[in-house]
Amino acid sequence: MWDYTPIVKDHFLNPRNVGDIPDADAVGEVGSLACGDALKLYLKLDENKDKIIDAKFQTFGCASAIASSSALTEMVKGKTLDEALAVSNQDIADFLGGLPEEKMHCSVMGQEALEVAIFKYRGMEIPDHDSEHDHGPAYPDYEGELVCKCFGITDAFLKKVIETNSLTTAEQVTNFTKAGGACGGCIPKIKELIAQVLGEASAKPRVRPEKLSNMKKMQLIQEVLERDIRPLLWADGGDLELIDIDGARVQVAFRKACAGCASSGNTARMVEAKLRDLVAEDIVVEEVSQ
Amino acid sequence: MKEIYLDNNATTKVDEAVFEEMRPYFCELYGNPSSMHFFGGQVQSKVNDARVRVAELLGASPDEIIFTACGTESDNSAIRSALEVFPDRRHVITSRVEHPAVLTQCRNLRQKGYRVTEIGVDGAGRLDLEELKAAVDTDTAIVSLMWANNETGVIFPVEEAAAIAQAKGALFHSDAVQAIGKIPINMAASRIDMLSLSGHKLHAPKGIGVLYVRRGTPFRPFLVGGHQEKSRRAGTENAAAIIALGKACQLAGEHMEAENTVVKAMRDRLQDALMTAIPHARINGGGAERLPNTTSIAFEFVEGEAILLLLSEFGICASSGSACTSGSLEPSHVLRAMGVPFTCAHGSIRFSLSRYTTDAEIDTVIREMPPIIARLRQMSPFGREHLKGIA
Repeated sequence: MWDYTPIVKDHFLNPRNVGDIPDADAVGEVGSLACGDALKLYLKLDENKDKIIDAKFQTFGCASAIASSSALTEMVKGKTLDEALAVSNQDIADFLGGLPEEKMHCSVMGQEALEVAIFKYRGMEIPDHDSEHDHGPAYPDYEGELVCKCFGITDAFLKKVIETNSLTTAEQVTNFTKAGGACGGCIPKIKELIAQVLGEASAKPRVRPEKLSNMKKMQLIQEVLERDIRPLLWADGGDLELIDIDGARVQVAFRKACAGCASSGNTARMVEAKLRDLVAEDIVVEEVSQ
Repeated sequence: MKEIYLDNNATTKVDEAVFEEMRPYFCELYGNPSSMHFFGGQVQSKVNDARVRVAELLGASPDEIIFTACGTESDNSAIRSALEVFPDRRHVITSRVEHPAVLTQCRNLRQKGYRVTEIGVDGAGRLDLEELKAAVDTDTAIVSLMWANNETGVIFPVEEAAAIAQAKGALFHSDAVQAIGKIPINMAASRIDMLSLSGHKLHAPKGIGVLYVRRGTPFRPFLVGGHQEKSRRAGTENAAAIIALGKACQLAGEHMEAENTVVKAMRDRLQDALMTAIPHARINGGGAERLPNTTSIAFEFVEGEAILLLLSEFGICASSGSACTSGSLEPSHVLRAMGVPFTCAHGSIRFSLSRYTTDAEIDTVIREMPPIIARLRQMSPFGREHLKGIA
C-alpha cells in the first residue's frame, strides 16, 4: 500500500474543481487511456486575459494523479499565466506534503498539462512528432525523438524532467515519467540522457575565482563535490564522502560501488581535476579509507 | 473499521484451529525433529502426521510430499530439478499468464541460453493446447503450467497438457497454489510429475509450502546440506508451520464441498449484481471454467488503484490484478496476454472470497461498488464522453 500523506488522501477523496469549463480560454490534455493516466485541464482567464480566475480538471488515473490534478487547480487559481508557468512538478508534490517517489510522474503530468494549456493558448504550438508507438503518446505536444515507446515519451521531455528535478538514476526517471517502466528497453538510452544532462550541467562555463579565503575555498570545494561530482558517481552506483580539507589537501573516502573499486584511483584523479578546474589550481585529492 | 476481506488469492486468514494446532511448537515442544531424543522425536511424529494430512488432500502418498518454505521455492525447485535431470535438454515451456515465481525464472533461463516458449491464451484466458502440442519436442526438459490463474481464476487443462509434455519425454510441473483447497485434486489419478502448494493460500501461515514429486520421478534438490525431507530439501523443518499446514489441509478437505457451493454462490451473486448495476464492465475470463471463489471484473474508463482506495474507505479489501505486479506501471501481464483492451485492463478489480466470507459482506460490496465507479467515471475525461448516452 502506498504511503500517501493526509493531504493527498484529502485531495483524492474530496477533489477540488472537478469538471470542465465550456468556454475555457486554455485547455491542456496529456496522457491516454492506454498509458493508465490522463489529465484534461481547463483554464478561464480574466478580461485582461492574464490572470487565471478558474481552473477545472478531469482525470483518469490513480489516487495520486487525481490528488495532483486537484492540487494543481487550487495552486494556479489567481495566478497570472507567467506565475503559473513557474509552478514546477516539485511544487505540486510539495503542496501535497510529498508524493511517494514511484508516483512522482503524477505531479509531472499535472505540470505538463498546465504548460501545454498555456503554450497552446499563447500560440506556441509545439510540433507533434510522428514516431511509432505501441500505444499512444503520453505527452503528444512534446517534440523530440521517441525514447520510451511503451509510454510514448521523447528525449526532449525526459531531459527537461531530469534537469528540473536533478535526477541521477534511471529508476528515478521511471518514477518521475514512467519511461522505462514497462518493457525496460529504453533504460540504456535513459542512462545516456542522464549522463548528457549531467555533462551539460557541468560544462556550463564557470569561472575559477581569482583569490579565495580559506573559508570560501572550503565552501566552494563542498559545493563542487555536491553539485558536480557526487551525481556522476551516483549514476554508477558509487559515492564519496568529504573527510577533511587542510589548505589545498582534500581528503575523500569512496563509498558504495566506488569503495574498493579498482579504478578508484582514476576517480580520485577525476575529482582532483574537477576541483582544480573550478576551485583552485593547487588542490591535491587524497583517498583515505574511513 | 471491520475489514471485509475479499483478497483471499493474495493471502488468507490463519484458521483459529490451525493456529491452536501449531501453538505448542514454539515455546513448549520446540525440539528438532531430527534429534535422537524423545523431545525431538515427538515433534518428528507430528511432522509425519502432517505429511499424511497434506498427502490426503492431494490424493498423494506421504513420501511424495516435500515441505518447502513457500510456493515460489517449490516452483523454482521443480524447474531447476528438471534442468539438472536432463542436462541435454535445453528447452522450457510455460505460459504467458504464469505467476512471476515461474515466469521470472523462465525468463532468467532465457538469459542463460535456454530456449523458452511461453504458450498463449485466448480472450477468456484459456490455454492454447494446439500451440503447446506444436511447441513440445525432444529438447523440452520441463513444461510448467499453472493449475488455476491467480488473477482470473481460470483453470487450465493440466492433465491434457501433462500428457502432451510426457509424450516427448518432458517432465510436467503445475503451480497449483491457487487451486489446492478450492477444487478437488487427486494425484493418484493424475499424471502430473510435480506440483506446488502454498500454505498461506489455504488458511495456514505464511512461510510454508510443498513440492509434490511423484514417486519415481527423478529429482535433484535445490537446497543441499542436510538429510531432511529424505535429502530432497535440506534445512531444519519449520515444524510448527508444517503441523499447521497439516491441519489446514484437513480442514480444506472438509470445506471443499462448501467452497464449490456456498462460496461459489456468493461469488456468482456478487458478479451478477455488479454486472447488472454497472454499465461498461466485463468479467475477465468469464467464458472459461474458473475457481469458485474468484472473479476479476474490468470497469472501463477508471483506474484500479483509485477504485481500491475508495473501496478501502468502506473496509473492503480487494486487489487490482496481482499484488506482485502492483508496483509496476503496466497493466497486468495476465490481462494483456488475454488481449483485454487497455481501456479495461487498468480498471480491473479482483474479488477473491473464502469460507469466511458472509452474505452481509457481499451485500455491502454490491451496495458500495456502483457509486464508486460512477464517481470516478464522473471525474474521468473518457468516462463522461462515453457514458453520455447511458446516464
